[in-house]
Amino acid sequence: MNLALTEEQEMLRTSARDFLTAKLPKTVVKQIEESETGYSPELWQEMAGLGWMGLAFPDKYGGAGMSFLDLAVLLEETGRACLPGPYFSTVILGGFPILDLGSDKQKQEYLPKIASGELIFTLALTESNARYDAAAITVEAVAGKDGYILNGTKLFVPDANIADYMLVVARTDKKAKPESGITIFIVDAKSPGISSTVLKTIADDKLCEVVFNKVNVPKDNILGQLNQGWSKVEKLVERAAVAKCCEIVGCIQQALDMTVSYAKERKQYDRPIGSFQVIQHYCVDMLIDVEGARLSTYQAAWMLSEGLPCTEEIAIAKAWASQVSPRVMALAHQVHGAIGCTIDHDLQFYTRRAKAAEVTFGDASFHREVVAQAMGL
Amino acid sequence: MDFKFTEEQKKFRQEVRDFLEGEMKQGLWEPSCDAWIMAYDPEFTKRVAKKGWIGLTWPKENGGQGRSFIDRLILTEEMLRYGAPAACHWFADRQIGGAVLHYGTEEQKREILPKVIKGEATVGLGLSEPEAGSDLASLKTKAVESGDYFIIDGQKVWTSGGSHMNWVYLLARTDSNVPKHKGLSEFVFETSLPGITVRPIVDMTGGVHFNEVFFDAVKVPKKCLIGQKNGGWQQVLNQLDYERSGMERLTANYPLFAAVTQYAKETKRNGKPLVEDPLIRSRLAQLRIELEIGRLFMYRVALVMDEGKAPNWESSLAKAYGTAFEQRVASTAIEILGLYGQLSPQSKLVPVSGMAYHSYLSSKGYSLQAGTSEILKNILALRKLGLPSQ
Repeated sequence: MNLALTEEQEMLRTSARDFLTAKLPKTVVKQIEESETGYSPELWQEMAGLGWMGLAFPDKYGGAGMSFLDLAVLLEETGRACLPGPYFSTVILGGFPILDLGSDKQKQEYLPKIASGELIFTLALTESNARYDAAAITVEAVAGKDGYILNGTKLFVPDANIADYMLVVARTDKKAKPESGITIFIVDAKSPGISSTVLKTIADDKLCEVVFNKVNVPKDNILGQLNQGWSKVEKLVERAAVAKCCEIVGCIQQALDMTVSYAKERKQYDRPIGSFQVIQHYCVDMLIDVEGARLSTYQAAWMLSEGLPCTEEIAIAKAWASQVSPRVMALAHQVHGAIGCTIDHDLQFYTRRAKAAEVTFGDASFHREVVAQAMGL
Repeated sequence: MDFKFTEEQKKFRQEVRDFLEGEMKQGLWEPSCDAWIMAYDPEFTKRVAKKGWIGLTWPKENGGQGRSFIDRLILTEEMLRYGAPAACHWFADRQIGGAVLHYGTEEQKREILPKVIKGEATVGLGLSEPEAGSDLASLKTKAVESGDYFIIDGQKVWTSGGSHMNWVYLLARTDSNVPKHKGLSEFVFETSLPGITVRPIVDMTGGVHFNEVFFDAVKVPKKCLIGQKNGGWQQVLNQLDYERSGMERLTANYPLFAAVTQYAKETKRNGKPLVEDPLIRSRLAQLRIELEIGRLFMYRVALVMDEGKAPNWESSLAKAYGTAFEQRVASTAIEILGLYGQLSPQSKLVPVSGMAYHSYLSSKGYSLQAGTSEILKNILALRKLGLPSQ
């Protein structure tokens, strides 16, 4: 057992933090949030230049050959900096499923372009019932002459407004059990019949409603196996949940750091408010929650990185992160007082993002049920 | 980063489990909550000693095994999982042996450590006093130098192990004319010395593990002073890091958690097992999640100790979190048992051997012993977060 980052990971963390501090002040985050696309092409290319998109992909696909655990360190920093844009969608929701499930041809075709920053990917999974279960999948893919025809509506698809490709989870066998007739397709987002509408969200990210109206998808674009997609989707959601935990850890750690600094500076009754025991204990309660999130998240990330079975550890990490992040943010606000509630204060970026992350890829109740099953309940 | 146990560590855990399973199969003891502090069984302690499991982390030249703190945590985690009656050696193994190792003379190490390692010395902890709880440094028990002795007068309270001890650890005032934390000294001596009276305190469960201990002109030889005269405060702070850092701060009532989980699987209400009730599933899963978070905190403490550092903020954090968890286990267990949860161990129809009743009442003390949660949070605020003192 050893909980320390390697020297290489420390360097990655420092360089990522320096880069994001320099390039992404909150004024820029705000501009990007308010933009129509929700991302900055210049920043995107710079990130690609740093090797971030291909960080955890093998060299032969244009990647840096680092591990998922290394990527976890970077994701924590993107969470700390409130990085807007399609990094998570492209790497976690697009790149990894292709790496895990793709044919050699698919990997050769897409991964180098993801690594170079040429392609933006996303995942169209959830639908109107807004749940991560197999029965929720109603978008249908019907086999035609030389491919499949997609029909239906996906909801909460991140960055669909700018994506070049999306992985679409669709039902290919309506007669089978809910989890038995599902297939993942790689779909060109510019295909005729696809229309996206950006939803206004608490995190000001670009979650979209995506309508598929008789969209043609070539047969070769099946990712993995026909009708065998659901178990792969579950694994994909698990990985995404860990990655989301990493962002949450960065987010709530930053909220804690900001709160402690503010408590040291802000004076009332002629003394720093951080000298009051109540404020001190609020900060410590935040610390305990953040430390628990950090350790459980890195445990899950390490296990995933090592290829060990870790469904329960992932569920523990996301259940904890989802449970504690709102209460960490609530205490951050309580200590900051009224100024923290203003639109011009940095804290609100974290409050909004933490709430979105809490419910994405399974909230605490969802993951508690996973843990209950692992306990044999 | 690496979260796995080595093959040797896995083997060691299995060895401990096999030993404890064997003991239980022979009917040598029943598992119980709080066994580390309430279940005194000198014969069990001797058998553990024979395995070489007391003083596991102490250097070989002092009779220990020179093993890691991770190994010790594996050992104690299993002892607690099985609710094994380890109280006779727990305190000396956890903290007093360490205090002697850190600050004692070679003679003291030669005299005291082998007795602990063989399971012969049961050491009580003489820290708190009626007027010195969280403000421990204000304690009044006096040790006055006189020839080759210190003459000790005063009273200790909440002395764990008091009614079973044959040795006592004592923090006493050796200089009253300096700021309060600069005039304290540590002693370890046998309780056979004349002038020591122990009066048991019955707690809410009806059990006894706390005691009042009175010292009436007790003549303690000078060789029993541990470390520097008047240097006791710095020394005891180090000891408290050890006292706060163990798995008993997280899983003292693990046998209850295991039993109530089993109960919920086996017990039907309205024709359905309790675990099919979504609320009960959720409550039990929540405890499982919180337990894992706590284990990570505890193992981090052991890692810090294995690096040769004092786990100061790490152990404060782990204890503040862990004892609150133990209290939630007890409270949730009673809720899940419903009306049956209120039955005492002696009652007809009592489920889970009465552990819920017992643990609910005993767990109130967890967040008070060895530093209240509030004191621990003060430590974290000042030493980890760097917030200004009041």
